[in-house]
Amino acid sequence: MKDRFNLYRYASPATFYPLAGRMIPYFAALSVLFGLAGLYLGMLVAPTDFQQGEGYRIIFIHVPASWMSMFIYLVMAFWAAIGLAFNTRLSGMMAQALAPTGALMAFLSLWTGALWGKPMWGAWWVWDARLTSELILLFLYIGFMALTAAIDDPKRADKAGGLLLLVGVVNVPIIYFSVKWWNTLHQGSSVNLTKSSMAQTMLWGMLLMALCFWMYSIAVALLRARTIMLERERHTDWVKAELAGVER
Amino acid sequence: MLKIVTAVIGRDLKLAMRRQADIVSALFFFIIVVSLFPLGVGPEPDLLRKLAPGVLWVAALLATMLSLPRLFADDHRDGTLEQLALAPHPLGLVVTGKVIAHWLVSGLPLALIAPVLGIQFDLSADALLVLTGAILLGTPALSGIGAIGAALTLGLRGGGVLLSLLVLPLYIPVLIFGAGAVDATVTGLGGEGHLSLLAALTFASLGFAPWASAAALKIALE
Repeated sequence: MKDRFNLYRYASPATFYPLAGRMIPYFAALSVLFGLAGLYLGMLVAPTDFQQGEGYRIIFIHVPASWMSMFIYLVMAFWAAIGLAFNTRLSGMMAQALAPTGALMAFLSLWTGALWGKPMWGAWWVWDARLTSELILLFLYIGFMALTAAIDDPKRADKAGGLLLLVGVVNVPIIYFSVKWWNTLHQGSSVNLTKSSMAQTMLWGMLLMALCFWMYSIAVALLRARTIMLERERHTDWVKAELAGVER
Repeated sequence: MLKIVTAVIGRDLKLAMRRQADIVSALFFFIIVVSLFPLGVGPEPDLLRKLAPGVLWVAALLATMLSLPRLFADDHRDGTLEQLALAPHPLGLVVTGKVIAHWLVSGLPLALIAPVLGIQFDLSADALLVLTGAILLGTPALSGIGAIGAALTLGLRGGGVLLSLLVLPLYIPVLIFGAGAVDATVTGLGGEGHLSLLAALTFASLGFAPWASAAALKIALE
């Protein structure tokens, strides 16, 4: 029988490790490309906002970071569900590899939000629903990382962390719909598919930056997953062969 | 099916009654934390009235969390938990019983003492009534969600601190609606909407949380 392409082949760390190694440069390069294009559009081409002046340009970082912080949590929950349902080794590693990037994105989103809020609202921080739920999301990431770090047995860490993720994922829709639930200071979302209140160039800049953040997250998560694989599988033959190859 | 739940409730209550100091100390923790706030922010009745719902609720969250590590730890240590997991009954039902017993021991006393503390904060009779009702309605959700955290951190180093890190963010909706109900009553808006949402949270968490904690317990016992 011919060797058919089989996705399940890459569910094993021994085969996924070299695949991830080959994919990382592409995602890193794409991230740089999208980032350069997005920053060019956002910083140089996009018009100055007539209400918010130049200060609005921080949304080219802020909005993609917020999107990624929520999306990465969903992806982690997806891997957690796969891991709990099919008992796959790689899923837990992916969830753990994604967590620090997700936490970084949540932090970036809060930080840039504060920088934007000072000139626009006159306050670094307001207790608005969206800000608060982003903060809670950061807490959830930190809770996940603390839990998995406290458990010595990696198998139990994966499963316990996965369960926590599935419990916490209830929070992500609350974040998204919080604007409607609690009526507060934060302006409504200004991007929607049918009718956008933004100039075309702004929208493109933001989408390019979102792609840049996306590619960055994939590259960094794969890099981290590779080190986790090496650490966990250090007793196996393929890791020994891999490391011997590095030394040679 | 109900038999196993009631049997677990009865057993846990009996055990709790033999160690009453635990119940009383969590209750006094609640009283002391609440009493510290007027000392910290000053005795103006207007300010205290505004702070009361939030302060009482945050103290209730902390007091509930204080007793959570013991929910499974004692049974885990003497092997009872493994026997319960091996029993033919679904573990989720056993956990449901333990959650209800935990609420009877930790949540119910808080609701009973809360009006007395509310008087210290110069709350009106209506607000006191809503406060008691909100704590009665909301604390079962705290016990339910807390059980997941207690099961996940079972037998871990520094389990207590970790437990608060995991559980407190998940308590936030209960806090918002619980304090919101009292707030809405004080400002004359009426707290029914908040109370309904609080009841929804409680029923949802009592329905789902025991099964999630049962899954977490099985992971811990592996």
